Amino acid sequence: MAGTSKSLRRWGWTHKWSSIICTVFMLMLCITGLPLIFHHEIDHLLHDEVQAAPVAEGTPLASLDLVVKNSLTKDPGMVPHFLIWDPDDANAMMISIGKTLEASPVDNRIVRVSAHTAQYLDAPDVTGRFTYIMLKLHTDMYAGLPGKLFLGLMGILFCVAIISGIVVYAPSMRKLKFGTYRRDRLRVVRWLDIHNLSGIVLVMWMLVVGFTGVINTWAELVIKVWQFGQLAEMTAQYKDKPLPAHPSSIDAAVQVAIKAEPNMKPAFVAFPGTIFSSKSHYAVFMKGNTPLTAKLLKPALIDAETGVLTDSRDLPWYVSTLLISQPLHFGDYGGMPLKIIWAILDIITIVVLITGLYLWLRRRQAGVSVERVVVDAAASDHRPAYTS
Amino acid sequence: MKPAPRPRRQTNGQIFAIPALLGVLSIIGLVSALVGDGVWDGVSWVTLAIPILLCEYFFLRRS
Repeated sequence: MAGTSKSLRRWGWTHKWSSIICTVFMLMLCITGLPLIFHHEIDHLLHDEVQAAPVAEGTPLASLDLVVKNSLTKDPGMVPHFLIWDPDDANAMMISIGKTLEASPVDNRIVRVSAHTAQYLDAPDVTGRFTYIMLKLHTDMYAGLPGKLFLGLMGILFCVAIISGIVVYAPSMRKLKFGTYRRDRLRVVRWLDIHNLSGIVLVMWMLVVGFTGVINTWAELVIKVWQFGQLAEMTAQYKDKPLPAHPSSIDAAVQVAIKAEPNMKPAFVAFPGTIFSSKSHYAVFMKGNTPLTAKLLKPALIDAETGVLTDSRDLPWYVSTLLISQPLHFGDYGGMPLKIIWAILDIITIVVLITGLYLWLRRRQAGVSVERVVVDAAASDHRPAYTS
Repeated sequence: MKPAPRPRRQTNGQIFAIPALLGVLSIIGLVSALVGDGVWDGVSWVTLAIPILLCEYFFLRRS
């Protein structure tokens, strides 16, 4: 019994400290994450968007070369990085353009162009938008990669707090039925019950959303590993070649990729010299047709001078893991009902965080440590400290 | 009035039976909408709504 109580004391200590360190940041993440679940709807509500003129079904698509060319009409000095098929609007294409090929794509501007007429639609400055500010706070607190990795560390502590929370849940529930809520007791007892019950029913969702969030903070590193690993391998014979002097047609490159993967459709094209390609290739990233395979991309590398397919491979497991962890974090893969469920679960998580914080402050005030309460409740047959 | 009988100490198995079931249901819900649309989304909505309904039931019921 002494061994058990010592180990419980350790788990209690772990739960306390992992929680204390991450709680403020987790509160910030839960609060900024809440509007991000609905960022499409919020943007739509707050900002006007130039819509592509509706076309009759079967209208042929404009040449992608023209689409890309037209995207630069208002920013002639800039260079296209990526050509993206708008997942929400089949009538529009998005072109991500940067100041130079070396510029970080994070600072790129998104130009929207009609997919059928190649007409320039708009290139709104999103950096002042409410959703953009929430996104920056949520992903890196305006502190770049270090900010991301720091929040990732907080996410790991959150996962540690959840797992140690499961362990300390047992002793505090020894004599209580599942779902106990002692509504007539002191606030500290009520809030302990709220913390325990909402924590344990959300445990798997919080773990999954927390950990996939951590994985997302490693996105830049994962992409770097892929760049210097698989991508470098696939383009080894082109290593020392300069950018193509007379680039071949983008439209033709995409057709070649579709022919090579007839059961997939293009998600985006990375142009030569950008982070997702070599200096000599159009990398056409193909996606599958089911919700799951639509997240898993397969790059087809097309020589940007000859227009020939040189290689096409499935992405390595670590990139696939990143791609799968994104929807699991965002909750954007099951329609509006799933988004609403995601939002409510997020709010209940805030409740778990606040009740946990309160319990810690309250117990400190009372001069009783968390470990102590846990151990008392487990080991003694007397009334636990917090039933009065 | 008789005092309520002292509740029996529960084993870990008893304590974690329902939470384990809820955990499995959450996993099913999280994966389901990834796998397909339509019915798969529906499974996801139902299973992930269970924790919310449980919170509502236990915290808001009048007894």
